[in-house]
Parts: sequence; C-alpha cells; structure tokens
Amino acid sequence: MAGPPMPRLSMQGDRVLIGALGACALLSGGVLVLILGFLLLETGPLLASGHVAGALFGAEWHPADHTFGLRAMIAGSLAVSGLALSWAAPAGVVVAVWGRLYAPAVLGRLYRGVIDILAGIPSVVYGFWGLLAIVPAINRVRPPGTSLLAGGLVLGLMILPLCALSTDAGLARVPQSYLRAAAALGLSRFGTLTRILLPQAWPAIVAGCVLQLGRALGETMAVVMVCGNVVEVPDSLFAPVRTLTANIALEMAYASGWHQRALFMSGLVLLMVTMVLFGLTQGLRKRPHED
Amino acid sequence: MKVCEPAAPAAITLDEVTVRYGAHLAIERASFAVRPGDLMALVGPSGCGKTSLLNAINRLSDLIPGCTVTGRIAVGGRDVRAPDINLTALRRKVGMVFQQPNPFPLSIAENLRFPLREHGVSNRDERERRTEEALRAVGLWEEVKGRLGQPAQALSGGQQQRLCLARTLVLGPEVLLFDEPCSALDPLSAGVIEALIAGLKGRYTILLVTHNLPQARRLADTVAVCWVSEGCGCVVESGPCGVLFERAAHPITRAYCGGEVG
Amino acid sequence: MRIEGARDRWAAALFGGASLMIMALPLLMLVEVVGAGLPRLSSEFLYAPPMDAGRAGGIGPMIVSTLAILAVCLFAALPVGLGCALYLAECVTAGGRAARALGYSLDVLGGVPSIVFGLFGYRLFAIELGLGFSILSGGLTLACMVLPLLIRVSEEALRATPPSYRQAAAALGLSQGGFLRRVLVPAAAPGIAAALILSIGRALAESAALLFTAGYVTRLPDSVFDSGRALAVHIYDLSMNVAGGEASAAATAVVLVGLLVLINICARRLGQTVHRMQRA
Repeated sequence: MAGPPMPRLSMQGDRVLIGALGACALLSGGVLVLILGFLLLETGPLLASGHVAGALFGAEWHPADHTFGLRAMIAGSLAVSGLALSWAAPAGVVVAVWGRLYAPAVLGRLYRGVIDILAGIPSVVYGFWGLLAIVPAINRVRPPGTSLLAGGLVLGLMILPLCALSTDAGLARVPQSYLRAAAALGLSRFGTLTRILLPQAWPAIVAGCVLQLGRALGETMAVVMVCGNVVEVPDSLFAPVRTLTANIALEMAYASGWHQRALFMSGLVLLMVTMVLFGLTQGLRKRPHED
Repeated sequence: MKVCEPAAPAAITLDEVTVRYGAHLAIERASFAVRPGDLMALVGPSGCGKTSLLNAINRLSDLIPGCTVTGRIAVGGRDVRAPDINLTALRRKVGMVFQQPNPFPLSIAENLRFPLREHGVSNRDERERRTEEALRAVGLWEEVKGRLGQPAQALSGGQQQRLCLARTLVLGPEVLLFDEPCSALDPLSAGVIEALIAGLKGRYTILLVTHNLPQARRLADTVAVCWVSEGCGCVVESGPCGVLFERAAHPITRAYCGGEVG
Repeated sequence: MRIEGARDRWAAALFGGASLMIMALPLLMLVEVVGAGLPRLSSEFLYAPPMDAGRAGGIGPMIVSTLAILAVCLFAALPVGLGCALYLAECVTAGGRAARALGYSLDVLGGVPSIVFGLFGYRLFAIELGLGFSILSGGLTLACMVLPLLIRVSEEALRATPPSYRQAAAALGLSQGGFLRRVLVPAAAPGIAAALILSIGRALAESAALLFTAGYVTRLPDSVFDSGRALAVHIYDLSMNVAGGEASAAATAVVLVGLLVLINICARRLGQTVHRMQRA
C-alpha cells in the first residue's frame, strides 16, 4: 500500500534551509540599515565640518557658494504637507463616516472600491492633473499658478483616500455590542456616531492621519510638478515653494561634491522625520499581536 | 406629551411569527400572548430561535442583513411593523437587556443621561432626577453615587448588567425583553439580577429568555416552550407556569420541563 | 438604526452632500485625464517609439523598459521576500526580539520616502556596484521598496494556513524543508500571489526612485545594463519638459492607470479565493 517514499531533506538539509531563510531575513532587515549607512556615509564629511546648524536652518541655498541652508525647503515641505493634511484628514473622516453609516449599502461598497483604486494611482498622475487643471485655475486668480495652494490641493487629494481608509478601518473595529445596545435604545445614528463611534475610533484615525503626514512629507513628483520650485520661504498661499523632496529630485541630476552631500543630508533629514513619525503612530496605535 | 415618563405596562402578542436569515428558517409560526404586567419565560434549548423572536419584537432584526420577519407582532395592540410606526418610540417603549453586559464606554451617569438627551429630555435637572431614580430602581445608587463620573466599564459584571437595566428603565418603557441576562454572571450577581426582575413584575410586561428552568419556575407567570423540529425552531406550547410545569399537554413540554430532555 | 428624527436627517444630508462634493474631485481628475488621453490612444501608441520628443509616436520602448524593470524587481524581491516571510512565520517566535526588530525595520522601511530610495539606489547600485543608470539599478532599487509590502502580505498568508497541516506533517515525521516546500508554500500560494500583485502595483506607480537609477533615456534598452525610461517617468517628463506633451502624457497615464486597475481587480479576486479556501 505504501507509495514511493517522499523525498526527505536530511537534518543537514534542514539546517541549510533555515540558514538560507535567515539570510533572507537578515538581508531584508538590513536594507534599512544600509540606507541609513549610505546616507550617513555621504553626509558624514558635511556633518563633520561643523556646518550642520547653518545647513539645516540657513536661509540661503547657493550650492555654487557652498551655502546649503535648507530653511526654505523645510518650510516648504511643512507648509505643503500641513495644508494638505488640514483639509484631507477631515474630508477623509467625513467620506468614511458617510460610506459606513449613511450611504445605502450598494453605494457604500462602490465608494469603498473607488477609494481603493484611488489609493493606488501614481503620484505623477495626480501631479499631471494638477498641471492640467489646478494650476491654470489658480493662475486665473493669481499668477503664476504653481504655488503652495496647488501643492496643498494636489497632495491633499493624494492622501485623501488613505485618510478615508484608515478612518473606515477604525470605525469598523468598534465592538458591535455597543452598536446593538445603541440601536435597542432607539438612539439616533448621529448621537451614536458622536458619543460612541468617533471617540472609540479616534486613536486609529489620528494614527492614520499622522501616517499620511509622513507620506505627504515624503512625496516628490506631484509637488515638483505643481509647486513652482522657487527657493523661498512661502509668504502666502499663492507663493511658489520648493520642498525638500523636490530639491533632491531637481538638483541631483547635476549636483556633485559638497552639493551632492547636501542633498544626501536632506535625504537623511527626511529619513529621520519618517522614523520619528512612525514612532509616534506606534505609540498611538495598539499592535494586534501585542494586545 | 412628556417623554420617558413611567408608563403602564403593555401587552405583547405574537401571531404566526416566522424569522428567516436568508434561506435559513430560525423559528417558524410562533404564537403566544403576554398580558400587561405579566412575566413570561421563553424556555428551550439553544438554537430554537428565542433570541430571534426577541430581536423581532423591538425590530433589532432590521439591522441584520438578510433577516426577514413575517407574521404579526403587536405591542400594546399596535403592530410593530406598521408603516406609520415611530421606531425611536418603539425602542423607547420596548427595552432590551442583553446576555453580555454592554455599557457604553462612557461614565456611569453619562450612560443614562445620553439616552435621555437623545430621546428629547432637554432639562438637565430632569435628567439628573431620572438618572438617580433609575439607579435606585436597580439598587446601584448607594454603590455608585459617589463616583458617577467614573467609567462604567470599571464596574463589576453584575454591576454593569444592573447599569444596563437602569439604562432601559430610565426611558420609561412599557415592555422589558431579557435575553438570558444572568448567564454571563457569577451566581451571586445572577441572584441579584433575578431579585430585581422579580421586583419589576407588575410594573412592566416582561419577556425573559432563559435556559434556567428553576429560574423560570421562580419568576414566571406564564411560560412558552420552544423546541427545534426539522432544523427550525417553533413554539410548542405556552400557558400559565403552574400548568406547564405540572400538567403540560404536549409531550415535549412534559419531557423538557420535567427535566428529562434538553 | 433607521434615519429618523430631524437631527439624523440633517446629518445624513450634510454628510452625503459633503461626501459627494469631496469625491467629485478625484472623479473629476479621472474624467479629465481619460478625456485628454483617449484621443491619443491607439494600438500604434502602445508599440511605436516616441517621436518629436514624445508629442507624437508612442510609448513602446517605455512599456518594454517598465516591464524589464518590473521583472528585475520581482526576480530580486520574491526570493528574498518569501524567504524572510517564511523565516518570520516558521523560525521565530511571534513576539520575540528577533521578530520585533525585523518587524520594526520593515515597517519603517515601508514608510521611507521614495526619493530617499532613489538616493540610496543611486549610491549603492549605480555608483558603488558600478551599474550606472540602468534597468538593473532601477529594478533593484524598486525591489528594496516593495520588500516590506511583499513580506507582510506573504507572512499573513503563511500564518493563515490551517495549523492542522503542521500537525499532520509533524505526525508523519516530515522534515521542515519538505513541509515548507510541498505543503505550506503551495497552500499559501494564492495569498503569496496576491502579495506579488500588490507589489507589482506599487512598483508600477513608482517614479521618484527611478529618476537617478533607471535613467531617462527614451530609446529601447539593449539589455538590463542599459538605461530605460519607465511609464511613470515618461508622464513626468512629458508634463514638465515638453510643451504640448499633455495629450501624450494623458494617454500614457490612461495606460498606466488601466494597468493598475486591472491589477487591483486581480488582487481582489485572489484575496476572495484565499478567503473562500480558508473557510472551506
């Protein structure tokens, strides 16, 4: 009755396999270390030369004169991302609440499908549409059109689907027993939303939005395309700005030596900010297997 | 008309009520009646649709996708599925206590004030008065009066269940539905809840789903026995408590209430 | 809860109205882009080389470059990612230090901005390893980018296989290698395929990381060592540097988004298959 014996890897074979798997894990975990390492390698001489403070907070960016003040770019990044989040986060919450609580079932499913697709659309497409439609519209109000406002609108549109998705996930996690009790008591949908659902889902919503802030700060293509890329701290919504990311994208092509090192340094700043924001969201959000 | 005032108990009538979840029949052609102020125990093994019947009475079944209810369910003489029925008022008149205590993640007092506000009691003093009344009615007032602002979920299981009962009482219901209210509690707390329910008889019409036959004997005026036949539930017999436990007509009732099966 | 009472009706109207206005924006975007691009679309567009700096002709070489970069990316990422996922699912305790450190590293990696990956890829692959601007550089950089996603979804798929398989294998005295190869991985295959497809979607949408790794060249690449321009990069170039390139950019966008929607649907179908298998 016995069939052909199953091929067996010996104990030795098992050990080799485990070793190989471990190597894969090491490699995967090591990528972040490598990134950090190379960034530090490139930035090292710049940091060692003691011009860090000047570089980070200096107002002047003149690569030719070895002046690498990132202040305008940092301000630009913060302004565009802040503007984007300020409208996309509440909008995401509104859309998610409507989809989950007030929309008819079929429409709600359709809307979630659309949001899913929107979340995967490349940033260049958002940027392209920004150039096609948003910038000319702003240009009619106040030239040149490529501005902080354009960046905030386009970037906000990019992070809107994900804000909605994380709000939706947060709402879905509220225990059903609360909702049944509320229904049995004849409580209004609005009352249940404001007193029970939103307060319970709040940490997940905030964590999601902080994550999106990180994404907005790291966005390159869309902001390069619609922000105007002028190295100046923005003084109005219609002022053109340049973000840290745009700076790297635009100047890497022809940068060398210290100039290139300065760009690597802005990359390092971006990486540090990502790690800090990530740490924040971990604090806000309970991890599922650590409950 | 003042809302949430204490009201006279209402009668419950079920006439050929069938509950389906999609294609699956949960309970079929259930019929019984509960007189105002009476306590009827709905007994039977698990899976015979007792909870489905309760959900149909206060139309919680509306929230379950694919659930259909046919037949007539009347509370206080009015069909609960009539097109002109006010669902909010229905859920105020018909209170429900669940098997698992489920106080809201709010403070103890807010658990009672919130439903009052929602149902239109705008006067703050009025809300405070009713909150205290409801907490006294369930025997919680002395225990929690000093810490009304603390989270309700810090209370023990028995206290939470009493709070849930208070939450329904505060709205001035006419009918109370209990879905195995003691089964998730320790014996001591269960005893307290049972005593409370006994004290509510007469002032409210009560429908109590329970597995616990001695408890049904102790509390009920009338009993309805449910059973599973051919994969779906049905009400086998209903009648005065004494009759069903002593001189039941139906063989299943005799066997179940006599402790031979189930 | 039915919508009764004036307050709930107001809330429903407000939320509904606001949602409609908000959702109108992305939908407007899709409509305008598709509208601008459809006239340019044709089968010739898909295989002809670009002419007149891209205003005419097609995107043939770009499609080839994109597929080549994708292939390199997956060839590199799949073995390493699957190996890491297997390691996490099989060889380490769930809450242990190794698992948490690795999990943290991968989670942060998933949030690193794409331009930083571009810098890293440029420094490591183009310069250090001497690959220059090439499909290899671009593909390897993208492999680093999709690793976190690939690993996370694969690990979930591996963990979701019924524990009874493991028990049966142990009772039969199978080696771990045999169990992994013949039982676990095949059982988790739909989930792993979904992970792969999600990674493809992510890689296709990427442009910033490719600017300094895969390069900008518009001709058909000779080999993986040659530079090539991906679809997303092409859209960027046409919008920013080519006056009158809007139509071509829109058409390219339509192709790219079309591909992504297709991938989204495939991933969902696979996800449903996984769910059905789990329930069986």
